[in-house]
Amino acid sequence: MNSNLKWKALFIAGVIVLCVYGLIGLPDFPTSWTTVKQNFGQRIKLGLDLQGGTHLILQVQVHEAVRQETDQVADQLSKLLRDKNVPFSEVTRNTDTQIKIAGVSPDQITTLRNVVSDSFGTWDLVPSPGEANSYLLNMRPSTVADVQDRTMSQSEDTIRRRIDQLGLTEPFVAPYGRGENEVIVELPGEGDPVRAKSVIQAGGQLEIRLVQDPNPYPSEVAAMGAHNGVLPPNTEILPGTASTAPGTPAGGGYYVVDRVPIVTGRDLRSADSTRNAEKPPYYQVNFNLSTDAGRRFGPFTEQNINRPMAIILDHRVFSVATIESRIDDSGRIEGTFTQDEANDLALVLRAGALPASIKYLEENTVGPSLGADSIHHGMQASVLSLIVVLIFMVVYYRQAGINAVIALLLNLVILLAGLTYFGATLTLPGIAGVILTIGMGVDSNVLIFERIREELRAGKAAVTAVDLGFKRAFVTIIDTHVTTIVSAFFLFLFGTGPVKGFAVSLTIGLLANLFTSVYVSRVIFDWHLAKLPRQAELSI
Amino acid sequence: MEFFHQPNIDWMGKAKYFVSLSLLLLLIGLAAGIYRHGLTYDVDFKGGTLVDIRFAETPNTDLIRKDLASQGLGRSEIVPIHDIAHPDSNEVEINLSEQTQDEQAALDQGKTQIINALRQSFGTGEAGKQDFNAASAGDLTDYLVRRDPLGLGAAAGNRYTEIGTQLAAFRDKNRDGIVTNLDDLKNSGAPSQVVASVHDGFYAGGFAIRNVQIVGPKVGADLRRQAVFVTLYALAGMLVYIAIRFEWIYGAAAVIAVFHDVLITLGLFALLKFPISLTVIAALLTLVGYSMNDTIVIFDRVRENNRLMRREPFPEIVNRSINQTFSRTILTSGLTFLTVLVLFLMGGPALRSFSFALVIGIVVGTYSSFGIAAPMVVAWNHWRGTGSKVASRTGPQPVTKPGAAKRSPA
Repeated sequence: MNSNLKWKALFIAGVIVLCVYGLIGLPDFPTSWTTVKQNFGQRIKLGLDLQGGTHLILQVQVHEAVRQETDQVADQLSKLLRDKNVPFSEVTRNTDTQIKIAGVSPDQITTLRNVVSDSFGTWDLVPSPGEANSYLLNMRPSTVADVQDRTMSQSEDTIRRRIDQLGLTEPFVAPYGRGENEVIVELPGEGDPVRAKSVIQAGGQLEIRLVQDPNPYPSEVAAMGAHNGVLPPNTEILPGTASTAPGTPAGGGYYVVDRVPIVTGRDLRSADSTRNAEKPPYYQVNFNLSTDAGRRFGPFTEQNINRPMAIILDHRVFSVATIESRIDDSGRIEGTFTQDEANDLALVLRAGALPASIKYLEENTVGPSLGADSIHHGMQASVLSLIVVLIFMVVYYRQAGINAVIALLLNLVILLAGLTYFGATLTLPGIAGVILTIGMGVDSNVLIFERIREELRAGKAAVTAVDLGFKRAFVTIIDTHVTTIVSAFFLFLFGTGPVKGFAVSLTIGLLANLFTSVYVSRVIFDWHLAKLPRQAELSI
Repeated sequence: MEFFHQPNIDWMGKAKYFVSLSLLLLLIGLAAGIYRHGLTYDVDFKGGTLVDIRFAETPNTDLIRKDLASQGLGRSEIVPIHDIAHPDSNEVEINLSEQTQDEQAALDQGKTQIINALRQSFGTGEAGKQDFNAASAGDLTDYLVRRDPLGLGAAAGNRYTEIGTQLAAFRDKNRDGIVTNLDDLKNSGAPSQVVASVHDGFYAGGFAIRNVQIVGPKVGADLRRQAVFVTLYALAGMLVYIAIRFEWIYGAAAVIAVFHDVLITLGLFALLKFPISLTVIAALLTLVGYSMNDTIVIFDRVRENNRLMRREPFPEIVNRSINQTFSRTILTSGLTFLTVLVLFLMGGPALRSFSFALVIGIVVGTYSSFGIAAPMVVAWNHWRGTGSKVASRTGPQPVTKPGAAKRSPA
């Protein structure tokens, strides 16, 4: 029995060492008190409600990407039908996932079907009900789902790239589980998320296109009028922005530009911001093109010298400049940028464009002073409740109470170590979970001790009473822990950050409690019993 | 030391008092709910904008309302925050209900309007200077790096990051987030040239934002719906577990008792107008688990005694079981109650609703085990057939046919 006990004690000692190491031994081996504090600070990950920071939930408008896809297909289909000399009266987007084709005579239907099956295999062509010579082209649901998934992951990646460049400690971007294309972004330490939010939300689509007419028009109607109602082939009208570059007419206006860009954001190799030497105090954004794009851009600029070229951001004409000479692979965007604005634009260009726009659904910012307060309150409450419980246990159960105290303290150590080893985050409700663990942890001990007292009262010897007490109480302890863990499990699935932290704290605490109140407590009791003479009285 | 030396109370005899008390409490809760037009929801369930602001001095609520009205927000709720542990915190909570938010507007429009409104009276700064109380450690570092008051040149980066963090920490930890006079920074331990430089670029604004919560209306409604489902799932999960370990009537009785606990707690929330938030739901689910605990301890003992005390009438067995576990019940509930009471008093305003739910929940949860769950099982047993006992699946089936007793020789 004695050597068995020794092994058990060693096992427990091993667990203690492992836990303490997890708490203060990493990442730097502690050689001084400051290192210990530093390690501990790093190992315990604090939630946003304790360290301060911003938490955003945003929704990616994936239907825009689906609609774009449909637009592109409609465009391509019109071109193909024209190439094959199939007359039609319209090919337009009807809904986000449907294209209406009208005015196709029945003898052309085979050609139409062939074109669709050749080039748009993932679309279904059906006759339009109730209309002669009309058809509907529907995007298959699986394709819709594909586009949505692709858009979501691309958006998530782009957002992550952008945030990584903001220089915050440990930002967090992940899909948000409610199944409605939501993404959660956590920015620890960010007290004023205005800049971060605009960086995340910026469309970021850069295009360079040729401008047809040298001057902008005051309205779309005027622009159409100047071309007698029919725009030149492959052109479209785009609005300008209110803050176009100095040198371009103020107040926006409408430009007739080429449809197809010669360079897009995807062709950028790099982008950065510098002072605008010619127009202080403004800043500018410089970009470099990839070699491939450079090979296109060089000849393009050479062939179009003295023609105006527009830099278009998110489908608005940002600035117009005349091509003065051949440009191979670099360019710049000038405007009335401040240093921050130029920085942010360069950042967005580097990270890439968002495939669909973003809408913010929820925003929580915890200021750092509130975070510090919360930690303070949480710590105070924890320490006080621990002291209350410990004093009571010792007074009420005497020596056995001391056993319980040791078990309870070990419980807390394992709980904290568990949090660090699992990389779990400690939140304010999480601290409440620790306090609850103290309260509920003591329950297990009380169950066992009351049972032991009962057995002693019934006349059993110390060793038997202890044995029976633990055995009989064990079943009840399992039952009670399982029910609370079931609650915590559902909370974990359903809750957001702080509540998840609570569920994790509580669960780890209860599991640790199973270990300490049954196994460790028993070992301590056995050790005491081994020291007592045979018929001695148990201090409980 | 022992508080309760083997109590011998006839619990089941008093069952009718317990049930009446419960009905009374439920009715009070229901009345409160109707009178208050439903439960008060916190931002995450209701949607809207909640901004928690600390002022340099005790703010005049009327002045705040005037400022807000100038931005069209006159109908917002302005609530001074009273922290028991921290009486003059000069904190105010401004609540814009979701009606003032329209779909197309940016999510944070309310917050921006509030800040602009407050700047009129409380934060007008000097031109060209930043508000020190709204600056982050990063902002301070950036400024110091640009100004370089210590003349460190190109290698300044780390040192200024350290000082920036030091200044921000001084404000947030030592001065509760707001510095009323920039001269106070001399006490932060930063070098005097730095403090002088900060004077040039910053002013001490009259308020600091402690907390912002903005929830779109759709998110709020979603969360409300899910909260109900999660509670129901958790209850169903426990019902299954208990039905497996005992008989299904025990499971049903335990679930009904827990339901009763949640309803009474919610009734009290309605009565006292405590707001329901996600953390409160967490507290409710915890108290569900706790109340189950308590009920299971009694049921466990009933199951054990059922095997040992076959000849005794069932209500007697239940009484004995409750009496035997009474000491443990009072002790555990008492200790857990003490810990959450500490949390309620000292845990800070953020945990107030949460700890209140637990404080009530623990009391009611303990009571419901012997007041509701046990009487239910006894009543069911009585109704099902006089004399036959409700046995547990994991024990031998004791059977005492009513006929056998009657047929004993007269």
